[in-house]
Amino acid sequence: MTYKKVYIDVITHFDKNGTILPLRILWEDGTEYDIDRIIDIRPAASLKAGGCGIRYTCMIKGHKKYIFLENQRWFAEGKAI
Amino acid sequence: MLSSHQNVCSVRGDFTERVILHVDCNKFYASVECLHRPEIRDKPVAVGGSVEKRHGIILTRNEIAASFGVKTAETIFQAKQKCPDLVIVPPDFPLYTRFSGLVRNICMDYTDMVEPFGLDESWLDVTGSFLLGNGMEIAEKIRSRVREELGITVSIGVSFNKVFAKLGSDYKKPDAITEFTKENFRQKIWPLPASDLLYVGRATGKKLHNIGINTIGDIALCDPEILARHLGKMGYVLHSFANGTDTSPVVASENASAVKSISNGTTLPRNLCDTKEVALILMILSESVARRMRDQGFRCTVVSVSVRDSFLFSITKQAAVSPTDITEEIYAKVLDLFTNGYEWKNPVRALSVCVSGFESADSCFQLDLFHDEEHRQKLSRLDSAMDKLKNRYGSMCVRPASLLQDTDITDLNPYDDHHIHPVGFF
Repeated sequence: MTYKKVYIDVITHFDKNGTILPLRILWEDGTEYDIDRIIDIRPAASLKAGGCGIRYTCMIKGHKKYIFLENQRWFAEGKAI
Repeated sequence: MLSSHQNVCSVRGDFTERVILHVDCNKFYASVECLHRPEIRDKPVAVGGSVEKRHGIILTRNEIAASFGVKTAETIFQAKQKCPDLVIVPPDFPLYTRFSGLVRNICMDYTDMVEPFGLDESWLDVTGSFLLGNGMEIAEKIRSRVREELGITVSIGVSFNKVFAKLGSDYKKPDAITEFTKENFRQKIWPLPASDLLYVGRATGKKLHNIGINTIGDIALCDPEILARHLGKMGYVLHSFANGTDTSPVVASENASAVKSISNGTTLPRNLCDTKEVALILMILSESVARRMRDQGFRCTVVSVSVRDSFLFSITKQAAVSPTDITEEIYAKVLDLFTNGYEWKNPVRALSVCVSGFESADSCFQLDLFHDEEHRQKLSRLDSAMDKLKNRYGSMCVRPASLLQDTDITDLNPYDDHHIHPVGFF
């Protein structure tokens, strides 16, 4: 399966210590998804979509998904058609 | 009082042995491009300049392209002959600079003694970082972190001096670590060809070969006086390198020696046949070097211009000037050097402008009796206003109107497009 880099809008929470936590993402088709839980945050490369940044491993509707904060922009790994 | 280094060494009970790492990003530009373009990752890929602008050489290529025999610095035409399916991607230097910074940031987690050598190489002195592990352990951490966090690979050399550390990073690639210790370097390094040693290029290699020296071990065991007779001072240096007695320190970038010269050059999209066209390019290059010099807070006292003609023959002319950081004055001197120094036997292919002999822009200097100081100050204010505009809105936001005469050749931005090349080892 091939993947593409999908830039997304993200509603985030900045806490007083400067930690950034994504709360909700807006997919390219307009659908909004709540992030149920963040299970890991670390710098990582996305070999599937191409790029690197801070990788947030999120639980969204029971699925584990990665979203990346790269150079002030958020992206996710989308399936290429 | 003991220095911090001595304190650290005394804790380890070891005053003599340094631990130096050399981190080399494998096929750096190509790796970064392949990371960002998954669709070309399993194809032969090379990063190359624009053929139309006659910058058409291979800057780097990935492992697949290398297996076809594609080499760095050959023309795209030659590379395509070896590998017709070669994917050529244009260079993206801001991206490479960002990745270079990211690799350096990882290195800085283990020591503050990081000395960059170009965009894709760094030396690290981790002698004092023993709480984070020994040399091999730190190298392993850096290697795996770069791979996981940045998606590219590095090869790392671990040794007790900078020269052997660099040899180590070249010894096994990609994504590998090699250690040369005081115990094993004779078995591992001495059989290597002399040309693998830093500062043994094609010419030196030939000279060494002519006196029967073919390996690094031959250099090490040769009488340094014999080497010096054939290579001058470098003979002693190479003898020291080969025996592992190089003591040059890793110099953190903030302690790096001051800038000695600033230059910009370009290969033109077409050969130039008259001075008017050359003047346009010299104006762009003079503007860029003068602005970079003002950024650093310098005035120059020497200006030089280099010209390469269509037969690849080069000449350089230089002259002393009164201390200046004014674009107009540098341009006038550069143009004067060109018109008096170039005989127009052949069309011009490439030009470069260099300023050196720096002094601080704040220092006092002797005014010239025959110059209008008021006019100079006006020019200086004009430069300062232009710099502010360019810093805010980009280098192309304001330009001399004369550059619009021939946009085919004047569409270049040397200020933003100049790249970091390795400085000399010494």
